[in-house]
Amino acid sequence: MSAAPVTLTEDELRRLKAPARRERLFRIASYFSPLLLLLLWELSSQFNLIDRRFFPAPSAIAGTAWRMTVSLELFQHIGATLRRVGIGYVMGAVPGIVMGLILGLSRPARRVLGPIFAALYPVPKIAILPLILLIFGVGDASKFVVIAIGVFFLMFYNTMGGVMQTPQIYMDVARNAGATRFQTFRRIAFPAALPSIFTGLKLAAGSSYIIIAAAEFLGARSGVGFFIWASWQTFAVSRMFVGIVVISVMGYLTILALEALERRFVPWAKH
Amino acid sequence: MATVQEAVRPAATQQAQPAIEVSHLTKAFYDSEGDRVTVAVSDVSFSVARGEFVCIVGPSGCGKTTVLRILAGLEEKLSGTVKLHSATPPAMVFQEASVLPWLTVCENIAFPLSLKGVSRARQDARVRDMLALTGLTEFATARPHQLSGGMKQRVSVARALVDDREILLMDEPFGALDEQTRLVLQQELLRIWETTGKTVVFITHSVDEALTLADRVLVMSPRPGTLISSLTVPFERPRDVVEMRRDKRFWDMTYEVWRLLASPARA
Repeated sequence: MSAAPVTLTEDELRRLKAPARRERLFRIASYFSPLLLLLLWELSSQFNLIDRRFFPAPSAIAGTAWRMTVSLELFQHIGATLRRVGIGYVMGAVPGIVMGLILGLSRPARRVLGPIFAALYPVPKIAILPLILLIFGVGDASKFVVIAIGVFFLMFYNTMGGVMQTPQIYMDVARNAGATRFQTFRRIAFPAALPSIFTGLKLAAGSSYIIIAAAEFLGARSGVGFFIWASWQTFAVSRMFVGIVVISVMGYLTILALEALERRFVPWAKH
Repeated sequence: MATVQEAVRPAATQQAQPAIEVSHLTKAFYDSEGDRVTVAVSDVSFSVARGEFVCIVGPSGCGKTTVLRILAGLEEKLSGTVKLHSATPPAMVFQEASVLPWLTVCENIAFPLSLKGVSRARQDARVRDMLALTGLTEFATARPHQLSGGMKQRVSVARALVDDREILLMDEPFGALDEQTRLVLQQELLRIWETTGKTVVFITHSVDEALTLADRVLVMSPRPGTLISSLTVPFERPRDVVEMRRDKRFWDMTYEVWRLLASPARA
């Protein structure tokens, strides 16, 4: 708003607004600093300051990416990875949230079942991948399962934490208003835990891509992880970089989408 | 000097059937880690007449909130009896921000109705009335984080009134507000009480507030909390919260209550 108080001089106003102006400049600079790194890389590669076999110039990688996009080869891999992550994610998140709510609300359930989850949680998901391949085969089912396991624990612990941090007063309000147990669950515990649930969803999205990359390295004939691994085996470094960038961008976009959902569904929390 | 000091036990002359009867109420907490028993409330007896406005004052930690929570059914008593002669469970207005942050003002007020499957149309009509009654009409669609402390407490009051229960329990509802806002809300509360005729038990640590609002003030001693006196507040109604401060009796009674609080042994 430009409703400047008449009692301030031009100079005073200028000094008053200086920090905000500086802040804007920094923000603009922050968009360009990653590009600067890219430029440095490009020049170093062009002038042979770094080994071009390991670090092809960004322009060369972009060229490879473009050819792969035109030939639609890339999309087939992206599609396969997205499908596995998407299905595994939902398979893990829904039971994770439900169990988190139950154990968060019920002390007896937490006492009895808590130690089981605590014992299983530290097992590295990638360490049990061979076991899961053994049980579910090399098809997509094993990918769904390994992602679901990873996502489950993150959602479970974040949701339970969110419920347990719910101010007691909200529970009292529900009780005084005559809420049933299920109503308390749905109308109080769930919304109170939503900020934590979204934190969990974002963490789980990140770890889903880690797990799927590893899973596709080992036992898949498609997907971005498979593509990176296959490129390494044929020493197609440029293609490997394309794979790395693609899976990073997929992760980034997923988080952005979740943040948009969070703003939509958790408008009361600070972002 | 019209200060009437009654016995702590309900006077036998109480005409109508009381709304609330509490006798020999005792509550203790047990801390298993330190193996320590804390008696919060000890042998408290009082009754509240239908439509009466009673304030309980006492120092912090005297168990006044515990008494209220037991009346509300949020806490179990250890011994004694609590009788509520009312068709509906009591409604509670809480101490701190108890407004649910994920709901709008309207949704917060409608909350008790929405749990009972009241039709949308009836909910809306009721909420509209409550918004008007508590002066929140312009804030109907606001979210709690956009409201001031005073506005939030108005929402709490509206929510407690929405399903029209007979007994209203208020746990230091204005305790966290600044003096001016508090005075405004006290006046509003008196107006609302006069139009709804509810039985009110109001907890406060402010002697001022108790005398401003109540028909009768119950004074509690420090822990283990017990009732040390019951004072009838003589001011005529409707009251003007500012004007009544010109009345000498207001200050006489303030002195009286402070004297009781300062040396409970004397009572």
